[in-house]
Amino acid sequence: MFNILRRRYLFFGISLLIILPGLLIAVFKGLGLSVDFTGGTLVEMQFESGDPPQPAAVIEVYTRLGVTDVQVQTTGQNTLVARSTFLDDATRKEVLEALESEFDQAITVLRFESVGPIIGREVAIRAAIAIAVAALVVVLYITLAFRGIPHASRYGICAILAMIHDVAIVVSLAAIGSLFWGWQVNALFLTALLTVIGFSVQDKIVVFDRIRENTTVYRRLPFETLVNHSIVQTLQRSINTQLMTVEFMLLALALFGGITLREFAVVLLVGLFSGTYSSIFIAAPVLVVWENREWRNWFGGKNSTQAPA
Amino acid sequence: MRPYRSLILIIIIVILAIWINLPDNPGIHLGGYNKEISTRLGLDLVGGVQALLEADLPEGSPADTDLSEKMRTATIIVENRVNGLGVNEAVVQQAGDRRIVVELPGVEDPEEAIAIIQETGLLEFVEMGTSPVPEGAIVQTDYAVGSSAEGAPVPTAEVTGESPPVSDGQVLHTVMTGEVLKTVEVQTDQAGQYIIAFTLTPEGSRTFGDFTTQNVGNILGIVLDKQVISTPRVESAITEGEGIITGSFTADSANALAVQLRYGSLPIPLKVVESRTIGPSLGQDSLQKSLIALGIGFTIVILFMALYYRLPGILADIAIIIYALITFALFRYIPVTLTLAGIAGLMLSTGSALDANILIFERLKEELRNGRTMRQAVDISWKRAWPSIRDSNIATLITCAILFWFGSSFGATIVKGFSVTLALGVMVSLFTAILVTRTLLSLILSYLEIDNYARWFGL
Repeated sequence: MFNILRRRYLFFGISLLIILPGLLIAVFKGLGLSVDFTGGTLVEMQFESGDPPQPAAVIEVYTRLGVTDVQVQTTGQNTLVARSTFLDDATRKEVLEALESEFDQAITVLRFESVGPIIGREVAIRAAIAIAVAALVVVLYITLAFRGIPHASRYGICAILAMIHDVAIVVSLAAIGSLFWGWQVNALFLTALLTVIGFSVQDKIVVFDRIRENTTVYRRLPFETLVNHSIVQTLQRSINTQLMTVEFMLLALALFGGITLREFAVVLLVGLFSGTYSSIFIAAPVLVVWENREWRNWFGGKNSTQAPA
Repeated sequence: MRPYRSLILIIIIVILAIWINLPDNPGIHLGGYNKEISTRLGLDLVGGVQALLEADLPEGSPADTDLSEKMRTATIIVENRVNGLGVNEAVVQQAGDRRIVVELPGVEDPEEAIAIIQETGLLEFVEMGTSPVPEGAIVQTDYAVGSSAEGAPVPTAEVTGESPPVSDGQVLHTVMTGEVLKTVEVQTDQAGQYIIAFTLTPEGSRTFGDFTTQNVGNILGIVLDKQVISTPRVESAITEGEGIITGSFTADSANALAVQLRYGSLPIPLKVVESRTIGPSLGQDSLQKSLIALGIGFTIVILFMALYYRLPGILADIAIIIYALITFALFRYIPVTLTLAGIAGLMLSTGSALDANILIFERLKEELRNGRTMRQAVDISWKRAWPSIRDSNIATLITCAILFWFGSSFGATIVKGFSVTLALGVMVSLFTAILVTRTLLSLILSYLEIDNYARWFGL
């Protein structure tokens, strides 16, 4: 039988290795937050000739009209995306008219997003509160659902710890993406994050349920063996649900979905994979670490990964 | 026998769902009950405008006291104005205490639509004595919006960018406001100019009649949101309660003004704090591609289930198709607006529908390998898999409820759409996984004498 738990510290290390670089980028370079969170205006425009002008020339027009903090990018579809401080409808009209006369061609606005600076911050804060409240309620629910077995609240807390791991993985990915491919953390990213959180908790409960069931059946078994046994028993289900079904759908979305969806699909692909991974390699092992109180050995030099029976 | 009863129930539900999903469904009309059934697509899929309007009052100002009542009134007026614009499937909802979300699918000219909705639309008939104030000027009147005494806002002045001449601090007397208008209509006069013809309520006719009788030869200025739009001279007493407003109108601006007058003025000024416009081509591109992607993903998943789990896999496929039919029917019936975020929620709930089936089948195989008979194995696997299906889905529903609260109190429609589709999908998936798959499996087992479990169940 596989012994997954024996190498638990290796798995913790792998996760850290993925999370740390991204978080470092996020701290030092920022996350590439979109106007949804920072406030500001985004205009995606298509030029009639199909050949967009140089970003610098566009920035020049914006600046002439007194708009500051302008960034312009060309997209893969020969459109331009211009981000700036908050523009009201009148200024936006002025800017577009100025651009049309400057480059002497019609411009179609594909997308226009304008968010007041206060709104953006409020959305971010409220989203964080909503997620925190949801996490708390889920801990309570799991504690209630597992009340028949010892240390019921640990299951809830471990589920949330693993969920935080998944959030960290996704945020790390977003930070790496924003550094290398110019990704933006926008409202759609928030949706992806919510999806990952929902799926993550659901997946933890399936694995924990098996531990709950086995606890009542194999009373004599050491906890570590019992958890390992439970993981192995649910492994086939994890692989099938996760890899074969959910990931297939997302892969299809990433490959064939529109450009707006690609980033979203990739974030989900990684996030949901992390959701399943963390059930097996983070949530259940942390339960064991907690049961054995292994932190007493962490700094004592004693090798804490003793082999189970 | 129970399975047969369940089967009949399933068949009825499926037929109902298919009927609702018919593209040209006529809707339900039973006696006084009327319901149109259609697929609603969100702005990110069809293109259009979304705006978040906020009460433009400093927080804690005296006008805040009956803010909730005023916001309710403002929401109704905004809704009426939107309906007056003739936009199909527009959404107007109050979000939280001081905000209103407006969604206008398929609108071509976002600026104008938002301007019509947002402008206070306070029409005043103002006494100007003998010297007319120039058109376009901003004036002060002794009529204040709502309970805020210190003058009303001047929204149009900020929007146009250029500041029109302001009258020199003189406060003009308001004879009557747009509230006394009974009907408002756009017409053209002999010269082909657009004019707005109105009739007055009995009370208004009296005020108007009295004023015009006493002020023949004087100017009765017509002022919208404190900006003078026309300055007609009273030629003779008007007692029959009818009149016209002239001004340099275009067809569009005359219509816009008529819409504003017809549905009354806003009790509080609103400002746009967020607006999004998605061009129709971008929306359609997203829709088409995500539908193709979903189709491909769905096909692969169905093939995988049938190949890996054999007989039960095929039954699960039938259950998943039924799940899709019911969910889509619910979306059309309720109706739920489908957005990209909604499609993500849908995908996740499809995942949990499959997960429920996979949990049960993995358990079934396990029990069969342990040497149980088929009947025992089926019963036990359902019983054992149920707690994990229940708990995991309840946790998801809890998350949905909290996200829904967050989304609707805040006007974060993406989050709201996601939570609604996910919650609906999870509930339907519980139904199909438990009822549909199980019923079909017990029916097949009672009909077929399966002698080679290994082959049929992919052991």
